[in-house]
Amino acid sequence: MIVEAGHYALILACLLSLVQGTFPLYGALTGRGRLMRLSAPTAYGQFFFASIAFGALMYAFIVSDFSVVNVAKNSHTLKPMLYKVSATWGNHEGSILFWALILALYGAAVAFFGRKLPKTLYVKVLSIQALVGLGFYLFLLLTSNPFERIYPFPMEGNGLNPLLQDPGLAFHPPLLYMGYVGLSVTFSFAVGALIEGRVDAAWARWVRPWTLLAWCFLTAGITLGSWWAYYELGWGGWWFWDPVENASFMPWLVATALLHSAIVVEKRDTLKAWTILLAIIAFSFSLLGTFIVRSGVLTSVHAFATDPERGVFILAFLFVVIGGSLFLFAIRADKLQPGGLFAPISRESMLVINNLLLSVAALVVMFGTLYPLLRDALTGDKITVGAPFFNLAFGFLMIPLLLVMGLGPMASWKRADLSGIVSRLGFVFAASLVAALAFFYIAGGGEMMAAVWLGLGLWLMAATFYEWAERVKLFKANSLKRIIRQPRASVGMSLGHFGLAVAVLGMAGSSYWGSEQQNIMTYGDQTTIGGYTVTFEDTRGITGPNYTAVRGIFDVSKNGEAVTTLEPEARLYMTPPMPTTEAAIYSTIMGDLFVVIGEANNKAYDQWAVRLYYKPLQTWLWGGVAIMVLGGLISLSDRRFRMGTAKKRMN
Amino acid sequence: MNKFIPFAIFCAISLALFVGLSLNPGNIPSELINDPVPEFSLPVVGGEEESFSSADIAAEDEVVIINFFASWCAPCYVEHPFLMKLKNRGYKIYGVSYKDKARDTNRFIKEQGNPYYKLGADEDGRVAINFGFYGAPETYVIQNGIIRYKHVGPIHEMEFEDKVMPIIESVGQ
Repeated sequence: MIVEAGHYALILACLLSLVQGTFPLYGALTGRGRLMRLSAPTAYGQFFFASIAFGALMYAFIVSDFSVVNVAKNSHTLKPMLYKVSATWGNHEGSILFWALILALYGAAVAFFGRKLPKTLYVKVLSIQALVGLGFYLFLLLTSNPFERIYPFPMEGNGLNPLLQDPGLAFHPPLLYMGYVGLSVTFSFAVGALIEGRVDAAWARWVRPWTLLAWCFLTAGITLGSWWAYYELGWGGWWFWDPVENASFMPWLVATALLHSAIVVEKRDTLKAWTILLAIIAFSFSLLGTFIVRSGVLTSVHAFATDPERGVFILAFLFVVIGGSLFLFAIRADKLQPGGLFAPISRESMLVINNLLLSVAALVVMFGTLYPLLRDALTGDKITVGAPFFNLAFGFLMIPLLLVMGLGPMASWKRADLSGIVSRLGFVFAASLVAALAFFYIAGGGEMMAAVWLGLGLWLMAATFYEWAERVKLFKANSLKRIIRQPRASVGMSLGHFGLAVAVLGMAGSSYWGSEQQNIMTYGDQTTIGGYTVTFEDTRGITGPNYTAVRGIFDVSKNGEAVTTLEPEARLYMTPPMPTTEAAIYSTIMGDLFVVIGEANNKAYDQWAVRLYYKPLQTWLWGGVAIMVLGGLISLSDRRFRMGTAKKRMN
Repeated sequence: MNKFIPFAIFCAISLALFVGLSLNPGNIPSELINDPVPEFSLPVVGGEEESFSSADIAAEDEVVIINFFASWCAPCYVEHPFLMKLKNRGYKIYGVSYKDKARDTNRFIKEQGNPYYKLGADEDGRVAINFGFYGAPETYVIQNGIIRYKHVGPIHEMEFEDKVMPIIESVGQ
């Protein structure tokens, strides 16, 4: 009954989105106020019914109602409660419903927080948001109904992929989706502005907080996924450039570019068409990412041709949404005349360089991701584009980006004095170069690129700090007061850049100075890695709620003193039967010691395959990203105060 | 800047995606197409004196099918009824049980029916490697000892009609 109510609510949400997407828009175009007033109530109503639908599906998972196909396929009574709940969005139908729910949530949020927007823009934004939602509701109802029943129903479910039964992955999709879908707001604003034919500083101020919010979620979501891959897959890597990862990384790159170009629109009233285009592309990448992941066009080993309906639907939907908005852009963008002029050396030109590099980086990632598919479609060749391509091409673009990032905040708007900046930062640059070479020497050499990345990380860190110190006039009278009174947006910028610097150092450390061992160990064996001595003491058999496991006991010591005991597990899940590894990680600020236990030798039961990794500065990567997100949130808190007062303050 | 460029790029990408949708990831090109069947000799399941070898295939003058399967492979169960159907239609199918124990293969055959004219046991999977094996089940269409077609994954009616029938018909002419 509850499941049917959910299904019914989904249909109602779909109908409401149709109303919200059409009538008010018609009203706005023809000047009928009564139709326009439909916008907000339908947005709230749509969110209400979408929540009921999602709640009903979650309920079916919680009580393990196996008469629902989706639950039977993806859940199991023995699963811990957290994973019953997270299974709601861990499957195709549920995740699309979750998309639709978040889309409706953002729609309702815009309806609420945007009440002071110019009325016609407000209505248009909400209508576009609803029309995107309509596509998702139709997709659910026509091709991927999560509420479908089966009879006779099975007594037990199929279970959920054990790799996904992990807290990191339980929260990774919701965060990622909050990010993906958050870009829909920016998209709706962009399309709304194109229909209006007007983009100004106020528009940019409206768009910025939404972009920033989506960016924070996206950053956190991607990193959580990467962190999960790091400790759960047990390969010691944190980024593999696989299509699913790239699908989330492309919108991030474009959203980051958008975040910066919107500042130029706000401060200098220029770069408008470009910013609109970025807003469209950012959300297009979210949709494309969902398409790639959900249709299996790139990754799946199962013949997708057996169920072409979904793929064709999503593709048609993509074509309408992305193609339609890009076409609209093509015919309307000329209306958006730039206001300000551009000097070659200025804050805005630095931001343009940032935008170009980030956009080209996104294009490179897109090309690498889609190339195998294009090649297959054109010639029938099967190839894969691997990490070496991405590392080279992407890395090459990041070097100038990191260099400019240090300079950009020092440059003033309109016209900056390059020689002044260079003379002020020359010392910082030289110092970070020397420090990088010194570290490189201490670390015992290695690849030349390691020193380059180290130097870039240190440079960005020092330059960001220097700019902040100069801004707050550190060590001068009343500097504490100035530190506190800094606008939160600038604090956020400093933190964001500083966080990236920390993360770059972490990437350099773990990529270039990591060490790795694959050993066959028996009880009592010792090995040394990253300055630690690891002793394999024993193994124990244990039984979890829905798995059995072997737990290895490893004593870790450094310079003769006991440090910790690591207990990695090799688990065998029962439903579906699948082995997984649970790495044991000892993290310090200097690096991670990472132990994975594998299979036992069939003939001699005390011999085990053991992999050990030492990843220097690995925690810096996670910490750096956390600082970036913190910066985003602080900046967001500033913007929130400004939301209603867009017109009053013009810097 | 021409404002239509993004739109044009997107159109090209969606065209590629559209073509990509109709591609079957199971179409894995084989280097061995139009090459003679690799030489092999396998004991027949059940361990009799008899063997199943490439000479048997080379001696055939009609189109024959070699099917690799295993009792531990779930898609093989899905595929099996279709193989039975092919046998009843008069096709000659040779079987190779891949990395399987004779006992399990026999049970599989007993439960599911035996569509195979001759059934070899490739217990260590070496013959499969020589065939450029990708994963069970896998089906090869052989004409005069030459591999004409290879299908990875369970073979089904549609695939057979589209891809295998033309080969068989071309021989009939």
